[in-house]
Amino acid sequence: MSAMITRVKQKQIAQLISRGKRLDGRGLTDYREIKVEQGIIEKAEGSARVLLGKTEVMVGTKIETGEPFSDTPNEGVLTVNAELVPLASPTFEAGPPDENSIELARIVDRGIRESKAIDLEKLCIEPGKKVFVVFVDVYVLNHDGNLIDASALAALAALLNTKMPNYEIEEGEVKIKSGYTPLPIRRHPITVTFAKISDKLIVDPWLEEEQVMDARISMAIDDDGNICAIQKGGSGYFEPKQVLEAANIAKEKAEEIRKKLKW
Amino acid sequence: MPIYVESRQLVTPGDLIAEGDYIAGENTYAEDKKIYASRIGIVEYEDKKVNVVALRAFYIPRVGDIVIGTVVEVGFNGWTVDINAPYQAILRASDVLSRPFKPQQDELSQFLDIGDLIVAKITAYDRAHDPQLTVGEPGLGKITRGQIIRITPTKIPRVIGRKGSMISIIKKETNCQIILGLNGVILITGKSLEDEELAIMAIRKIEEESHTSGLTDRITQMLKEEKAKREENKNE
Amino acid sequence: MSEKSEKLIDKKGVRLDGRKPDELRPIKLEVGVLSNADGSAYIEQGKNKILAAVYGPKELHPKHMALPDRMVLRCRYHMAPFSVQERKSPAPSRREIELSKVIREALEPSIFLEYYPKTGIDIFVEVLQADGSTRCASIVAASLALADAGIPMRDLVVACSAGKIDDTIILDLMDTEDKMGSADVPLALMPNLNAITLLQMDGTLTLEEFEKAVNLALEGCKKIYALQKEALKSKYVSVKEVEE
Repeated sequence: MSAMITRVKQKQIAQLISRGKRLDGRGLTDYREIKVEQGIIEKAEGSARVLLGKTEVMVGTKIETGEPFSDTPNEGVLTVNAELVPLASPTFEAGPPDENSIELARIVDRGIRESKAIDLEKLCIEPGKKVFVVFVDVYVLNHDGNLIDASALAALAALLNTKMPNYEIEEGEVKIKSGYTPLPIRRHPITVTFAKISDKLIVDPWLEEEQVMDARISMAIDDDGNICAIQKGGSGYFEPKQVLEAANIAKEKAEEIRKKLKW
Repeated sequence: MPIYVESRQLVTPGDLIAEGDYIAGENTYAEDKKIYASRIGIVEYEDKKVNVVALRAFYIPRVGDIVIGTVVEVGFNGWTVDINAPYQAILRASDVLSRPFKPQQDELSQFLDIGDLIVAKITAYDRAHDPQLTVGEPGLGKITRGQIIRITPTKIPRVIGRKGSMISIIKKETNCQIILGLNGVILITGKSLEDEELAIMAIRKIEEESHTSGLTDRITQMLKEEKAKREENKNE
Repeated sequence: MSEKSEKLIDKKGVRLDGRKPDELRPIKLEVGVLSNADGSAYIEQGKNKILAAVYGPKELHPKHMALPDRMVLRCRYHMAPFSVQERKSPAPSRREIELSKVIREALEPSIFLEYYPKTGIDIFVEVLQADGSTRCASIVAASLALADAGIPMRDLVVACSAGKIDDTIILDLMDTEDKMGSADVPLALMPNLNAITLLQMDGTLTLEEFEKAVNLALEGCKKIYALQKEALKSKYVSVKEVEE
């Protein structure tokens, strides 16, 4: 792994944090600057680009028609995929999705799915036969830490930007008409990721903090302040009281971000 | 200075054994003046040192140990030997040939080939290098006859017994030559297959009951009974 | 999600399989069940039947995968095709890949990785029959397999799930409760250090409900921990009785 962090810097970061400070001057629960752009890829049904500090993630959504799952015949299908493309980091290699990109996709998926952000029933064309399938493709373009929050934000921004084609059913066939309808989004889940360093919780770890952290935990919070997804990662651990502390901070930060983005 | 587990009691990883002015010995670790077990085993106090005699552990090479291993690779200037440890051992050609190694002339596989068993001694081992072996001492070298069995390495001391008492009884009663590799591999060479089987039976029983007391007497009794049975069968 | 007419828990607080909200399924544990593996264990928890095996520590091949200062842990969680109602393809699914990762990360903190640099340990978990919370049962068995293999550990890792069905917080979800309920919280713990090594959630819970669920899961873990210790000790205790 090139771009390795030196031992000296590791110590520096850990010591600063134990005194409540971070190398880039942020407070322990401060996010880096967030920039969201929507509608940048015209060929996609929806798209967004998020810059979280220097981490850059692009998400494109595509809508197709397909068959529903047998246990949810009246619901559309959501499928999330993530790619850690090689140009984003010296540590990413070309090839089929590895455990990291699969985990990332599944975390983003969980936040959207469990919060019921998309009204999947409105994506039903013919119950049991035909529904809209929403493909959410997460494309990480630059890895400078906290891919999870950046990807989740970009995915939601892309969904908010997504338009479904109008259609009518002619002789049992789906015919696409002109015009579009926005994808029915009713919730705005925000994922907040923490890293544990020097036994303290910090929000939105950047790359070098991630290389020093003991473990991370991500929590997706919906508009009502409920938790709808959690994922602990890394080979360290959290104490129960730290988990509950994180949940409280996550609720606050999610509300802050929603307000800031006017969602 | 509380002791939470008495001597000779069974502990599992994570069990709190003692707290206070103690030193963490074998198969234990210390955290905040508390001594915890890191393997399943029997607690043993050595003054201030808390040890756990592990019932399940793999072999970690130590300089000076006699081990029995299998040749798994013939290399350019030596052999790689599997000694039933997390690290494979190296036996250099110069050690076997006891003269400088001539790559053009010497065909290493003629001395030791893949699958050969050897009794060797560990001459070097540290965190940076794989264990080094020698066969250049009396009693070491290629094994040509006998049977090999494997037991958990932590039980070898039990098979030896106090001052060799256990192993001498087995050797005497079964008339077998027994070489104990500290890596848990044992070589038994007897005059007949039955004698070797008897020795193996005794060793297996020790392995199963290693943590109990009075074992030496029970083994002696078992061996005498088995031999008596065989005498009877022969006479019938 | 629970708009179904059949309730998952009745007015008296009895679940579909007769359990109370804070009751674990019956658990059976056995250690040292496979002769080839360096360590192994088998668990039955309700209808879950899971086998865990450990190989190692051993030199890693390919060698470039080894780390110079510590052991590498590899974990494979895999479900047998016949383990679920609808046959599951033998090829690793995305879910199995994610679970392999989180299970590995749940067990890693318990092992003294620095003791044996440049080596690796392989952990294999095979789910023979699945009925909910399989990642938790897998961790319970895998931790026993590690102890059986003589791997030095800080503590056993134990795991249990909590969740919510019909407004009630419950312990140890079976498959129906996971699918039809409103939240599932799997949790793994090293009881000694009070260290949570796995925590996931899907569903919807208020902060209070989440705290309740976590506390319930922690209690469940402590009960299963006692069973783990018993399973490890029972191999040796029985021989002691023979002697007396």
